[in-house]
Amino acid sequence: MTIDIKLELAKENFNLDVDFSVPLKGITALFGPSGCGKTTLLRTLAGLEKANGTIKIAEDIWQDDTIFVPPHKRAIGYVFQEASLFPHLTVIKNIEYGLKRIVASNKSIPLKQAVELLDLMPLLKRRTIHLSGGERQRVAIARALVVNPEILLMDEPLAALDDTRKQEIMPYLESLHDELDIPVLYVSHSWDEVTRLADSIVLMEKGRVVDSGNITDVSTRMDLSFNHQLDASAIIEAKVIAHDETFHLTHLEFSGGEMSVVQKKLPVGHSARLRILAKDVSVTLEQQTGTSILNIIPVMIEELYNENPSQVMLRLKVQDTILLSRVTRKSAAELGLKIGLKVYAQVKSVALLN
Amino acid sequence: MFLESDITALFITLKLAAITTLILLLLGTPLAWWLANTRWRYKFMLEAVIALPLVLPPTVLGFYLLIALGSNGPLGKFMNFLGGQSLAFTFTGLVIGSVIYSLPFVVQPLQNSFNLIGRRPMEVAATLRASPLDRFFTVIVPLARPGFFTAIILGFAHTVGEFGVVLMIGGNLPGETQVVSIAIYDHVESLSYSHAHGLSALLLISSFALLITVYALNRRYSFNVKE
Repeated sequence: MTIDIKLELAKENFNLDVDFSVPLKGITALFGPSGCGKTTLLRTLAGLEKANGTIKIAEDIWQDDTIFVPPHKRAIGYVFQEASLFPHLTVIKNIEYGLKRIVASNKSIPLKQAVELLDLMPLLKRRTIHLSGGERQRVAIARALVVNPEILLMDEPLAALDDTRKQEIMPYLESLHDELDIPVLYVSHSWDEVTRLADSIVLMEKGRVVDSGNITDVSTRMDLSFNHQLDASAIIEAKVIAHDETFHLTHLEFSGGEMSVVQKKLPVGHSARLRILAKDVSVTLEQQTGTSILNIIPVMIEELYNENPSQVMLRLKVQDTILLSRVTRKSAAELGLKIGLKVYAQVKSVALLN
Repeated sequence: MFLESDITALFITLKLAAITTLILLLLGTPLAWWLANTRWRYKFMLEAVIALPLVLPPTVLGFYLLIALGSNGPLGKFMNFLGGQSLAFTFTGLVIGSVIYSLPFVVQPLQNSFNLIGRRPMEVAATLRASPLDRFFTVIVPLARPGFFTAIILGFAHTVGEFGVVLMIGGNLPGETQVVSIAIYDHVESLSYSHAHGLSALLLISSFALLITVYALNRRYSFNVKE
């Protein structure tokens, strides 16, 4: 099941020209710099803007040469960058606004579940002007969820919030992902948000789709310029397998090995996402002993990419897992690093994203 | 203090203002909504036409209306064609004149209000399954409440206060087209100042009370539509 999008629209500063599909499953990030057409694309999907082309969701056609389904007849939920709550209604009335307008048989996400998921119980009777930015956005998300959308469209829902508020909302977005089976199209220009939330990613630049795919693949592709920034990192899907109560560590398993991180309260069997910065990974030809580094993984060099005259980015592979390592060109030459060579990746630091 | 003819004039004035305001709301709301949302190039021309009664001497407006409504004017001929009589010097003629005369007082506050609200609330409501009419009545009308208060009260009060247009097209037929402002003029002409005082004070106080109501309600019911 996919949503198939083929659209063309001339705008003042770019021409939107896209033709791609998004899986109707998990969170898909629409990622790119500001002004690249992400928001326009999302608005077109919602029917809030008109562009030439076709939009097909599963078997339903929302738009083609002859059909244009108006926004209120599309099975979407939309979360705007600013919460845009109705100021004349209380929190609960805001959430009920859409709920009242859908047929009863479609109410698969009960109000109660949405309210609990987003922790809104204490706010329900309040007027919206008394809410903080983070609270407003949580109400907006609940309001969009209860209309039981076939796809939830989120337009940089965190961009208008300060860092503290962002951190406050992030866990809710993650639980949304874990507990509800609603596909989400998430517009963002923050790599940090995307790596924490997205399962797959659609990269946009100047109105075009540059690349799309699984987040773990796209984040380690050498030919994409944003993978060569200072915080270039690999994303790894892992699973909690045990906790070490003596040293307060959490052991995780991924395709090709195991890793230990500073203990996090996650149940055994819970899936987790790890981010490993390229600058935190070094390589050795033999397995080191007598080192403080806990996580040493045997890998194979798949690609070397000269980033600048002094640094090389290595793409390292073990089974389905890819790691990035940034080393000096001098080290690469002295160790004789080349494609196909088996080395040991020493991981100095791992961030557990959830 | 009030003569029987004064009471009648008062009654006609209120009836005229009430009917005019009602018609203006029915016409002015869609017009203001359209003006607030259209991207039509020549919108400014229409806005200028609507604003004309603000600057035009009422006698000028009244004069043209008199010609249009008279039995040789376009509207008059149309009425003759329908088998009716000329609208000049009738209550209906007064209503038509008042609607045109007070149009900007209703359209402008509504248009400002709609502009202030912006497109976003309508878009949000659309993504929450509300049809265009549904979202207009459940989102725009409540959010534009201050605009509606202002429009209703200014439209009403301005119609009560009109003089020139009424004099030109309504004449001064007691019990038919004689409104309070003209009754006051008549009292002054005939030097019966006490009667003029009574009616004038009544208009002064009631107008003041109406305006106080507008400002108080606007304070009470305005929403911060921007976040």
